[in-house]
Parts: sequence; C-alpha cells; structure tokens
Amino acid sequence: MAEVVTLRDAVAELVADGDTVALEGFTHLIPHAAGHELIRQRRRGLTLVRLTPDVIYDQMIGMGCAERMIFSWGGNPGVGSLHRFRDAVESGWPVPLAIEEHSHAGMAAAYAAGAANLPFGVLRGYAGTDLPGHTASAGWVDCPFTGERLAAVRALRPDVAIVHAQQADRAGNVQLWGISGVQKEAVLAARRSIVTVEELVDELAPRPGAVVIPTWVVTAVAEAPGGAHPSYAHGYYDRDNRFYTAWDAISRDRERFTAWMQRHVLDTADVREYAALLREGSPA
Amino acid sequence: MSGDGHTAEEMMAIAAARRLRDGANCFVGIGLPSRAANLARATHAPGCVLIYESGTIGAKPRQLPLSIGDGELAETADLVVSVPEIFSYWLQGGRIDVGFLSAAQIDRYANLNSTVIGEYEHPRVRLPGGGGAPEIAASCKETLVMLRHSPRAFVERLDFRTTVGYGDGPGARERLGLQGRGVSAVITDLGVLEPNPASCELVLRQVHPGVEVADVVSATGWPLQVAERVEVSPTPTGAELAALRALRTAEEQP
Repeated sequence: MAEVVTLRDAVAELVADGDTVALEGFTHLIPHAAGHELIRQRRRGLTLVRLTPDVIYDQMIGMGCAERMIFSWGGNPGVGSLHRFRDAVESGWPVPLAIEEHSHAGMAAAYAAGAANLPFGVLRGYAGTDLPGHTASAGWVDCPFTGERLAAVRALRPDVAIVHAQQADRAGNVQLWGISGVQKEAVLAARRSIVTVEELVDELAPRPGAVVIPTWVVTAVAEAPGGAHPSYAHGYYDRDNRFYTAWDAISRDRERFTAWMQRHVLDTADVREYAALLREGSPA
Repeated sequence: MSGDGHTAEEMMAIAAARRLRDGANCFVGIGLPSRAANLARATHAPGCVLIYESGTIGAKPRQLPLSIGDGELAETADLVVSVPEIFSYWLQGGRIDVGFLSAAQIDRYANLNSTVIGEYEHPRVRLPGGGGAPEIAASCKETLVMLRHSPRAFVERLDFRTTVGYGDGPGARERLGLQGRGVSAVITDLGVLEPNPASCELVLRQVHPGVEVADVVSATGWPLQVAERVEVSPTPTGAELAALRALRTAEEQP
C-alpha cells in the first residue's frame, strides 16, 4: 500500500546516494518537481535512467547529482542540445558522466523485461549499428525455435522509479491519461516507486484509455500541483514550449545555469514556491 | 532566396512532402521530417496517417508540434498507445509504410549518425543519440531522410553508425535481418539522392531549381555518383508555399 506523504519525505526516505533512479515521462508528465527535490536534497552518485532525458536531467547533471546515465535520446526536444549533459560528457563538468546508450525500442524492451521479472528483453534491432560495441547491456540471442539472431537488452531494474500522474486517491491508487510513455513499466520494474500527482481526489473517476496503477505496487504518493512544469499534465495545463526554448540560453553558460538553479530550485522550498517565482517573471 | 521567392529550406520541405503518398502511414521524426509530413497532409496527402514515437497514431495537429509529445498530438490522434507498444506491435510488427528521419551525418550507403562527432569515448560534439531512428530505419517498409547538404554532413566515413541504411552495400540489409527495404530517398536543400538498386550507393537524381550539379558534388564529402539525366525539381507552387508558411509551432505564430 502506498503511503501518502510529502514529496520532501518521499525523497528523503526512498532515494539514497548511489541509487539507480528512473524519472520517466515521454514528453508528457515529466516529474520535474521530484527532480528538483533530489537536487535540493543534494543527492550524489545517482545512475539516472530514462529514454528521453531532457531539461530535468540536464538540471540534475549540471548540479552534480549523477555519475551515470542510461538513455536513448538526450536532447531538448524541438530546440537542440542539452548543454549541461554535453558539458558533462565532453568536459567532465561538474563531474564526469558515464553513459550507457540504447535506442528507444531497446530501452522500452528493457523496462518491459524488468516489469515482467525477466533477465533480458528481446527485439529486432541494433543489428549493423555501432551501439552494441559500446553498450555492455546490449547483446544477442538465438531464437530456440527459428534460429534467428535477435538483439537482447539487459532488463532495467531501477532502485526507484519516479513518475508524475494527474490524480491519486487517498488510498494511493494512481490514474494518468494522455501520452502514457513507459511509466507503468518503470514503476513495475523498480524496487520502490514515488508517484507525484497534480491532485489528490476522494475517488478516481474511471477514464477510458487511462493507465491505472494500484496502490499496492506504489511505495509513496505525494501531491505536487504543477509538478510536471515545463512539461505538461493533460487536462491540467499545456507544455510550456517557451520555457524549453528559453532553457537553451540559460543552460549554455555554467555561471548563468548555476545562478538560475540557485534562485529557482535551491532557494525555493517546494513546487509551489518554484511556480510562484516563475509566475513573477520570465523564465530567464 | 530564389528568383520566385522561396528559400532552399522551403524547397527541401516541399520536395520531401511530395514523396509522401496519400494514404501512407508514416512514422515521423521531429524537426524537418515533422514539418514535411504535416505539409504533405495539408496538401496532396490528406489521408496520410502520422505516427509519432510518443505513441500517438493518426495525429492531426493544427499547429506544428515542437516536440514528439505535444498535447495536441494526443488530443487529435486516432489512438494513443504506450511507448513499448508503439515500438513492438506497430513498428517492429512491420505495419509502418514510411519512416521519416533526419541525422547529423550520412554516408554513401545512407547509413546515419546522430550519436557523436569525434570519438565515442571523447566526443568533440555529443549529439542526442539514436532515439527511435535505428529501429525506424530497420522496420519501416521504406525510409526517407532529410538533411542539409554540406561536406560535414555528407561524409566519407561516419564517426558513429547509429542507424543502418544499406550497411556496407549490396546484401547487407538481408544479412542483418532488417525487414524494411531501406532508404528510398535523401532529400536535401540542394536536391534529391536515391540509392542505385544494384550498388546501393546514393546517386544524385534531382537538383532543386537554381542548383547546379557541381554545387551538389562539392557539398558532398565523397565522390558523388550522378545520374545520366539529372532532373530539376518542379518549382514550388503557390499552394505548396502558402501551406508550408501557414505551418508554424505555437511559438512561431505571429
């Protein structure tokens, strides 16, 4: 049964230095508030897992939280590079970042295998590319029935999965809808999980096509209204595309980045203060 | 800007859009491919089914999305599926007609690099990485590639092979077990290349209006094969240009 707690307590109790942590979300419902809380609590040595590390992983990498990243596409969607990620890989700033790289299809298969309690996932992929030569968690397996050689990816079993959803009830049952990404697989593959939600409700109204994650597979639920910003929460608020565009200039320069993080994350107590500060002025 | 007032960038989008036949379903990468695919849907191919890797199938965005997961894609889609499902049942299942990709580098066999410039362990430029591209190019029935022509992009040797076009040449896709036919055209801001069916090597088939064959050869980092008869791409029509200029992201709206 999930405990309904504050985000601060959830992160303090469930995420330790050195953990493998997956903050998932495929463009939609990205758990920014939880990432900010990891930064405030100065987590170090994390292995970050995600198909599409974007701005929140750029921020965590630039603040020195991570020593390793497992991923398949690391960019600012529609805008360009992640400058803090690049600086860590190209120049080791603020600390060197080791990488383990897959394709989206490979990462998806690895999460699905983790959720299914299998040691590896299988897919038609990677053949002829340079990826397997650089990624120890990608290999090959022969089909016992047809003899076909297929790509194998080691299952992902994060210590902690963190996802954001629209709603949970007070018993900790979670419902999310719209683009659902790999959140269900990430939660089921992980040893522990934190779900932040836009809203705690007395009763979840069933929605066609929604993903429901029952309370008994979730470790902690925390309310974080606006917690996906600058990503979005379908039915609550839109993607802040202007922020993603503005992030390019903020993150390009180490000093400007550090000052922005100090003011907007370290000097704010929680997602409400962060949101209030952003409402005051431009994101830059 | 050419004499009749279109840019090379616009010509590239229009030439790419023309390649997409009405009724095809198309797995769309963000950026140049998304712009071209939405242009096709707004002009000659209203029945084109756009599929984004966020799991949105049959998306009909009114504005151009900035990311592959903008809310409007989900709101206008015929169905929305999870990421494991889009890659396994739909793409790997062999159900997608056309994959539409871009990249930082391409070689003569239409292999693509979107991973690093320089050495993998100590890259000069760390690029975003493969994302959906490796399996899109492996499994779609055919693949279209768009990128801007320059010797830095059209290289003798890729720094990293992220995505397989024709591998090392004839027979490579079959040996690797890749189910799709491979890259059918590379559309650039200068012209259109297509693979020679026998050698699998890219051949210049088409130049855009105002572009000389020599311009394309000198913008290519390997000795480019040129077709015996190089066609000139039809000049963009007023309708094509108007439709393209009306396609903007929300941020680009006047």
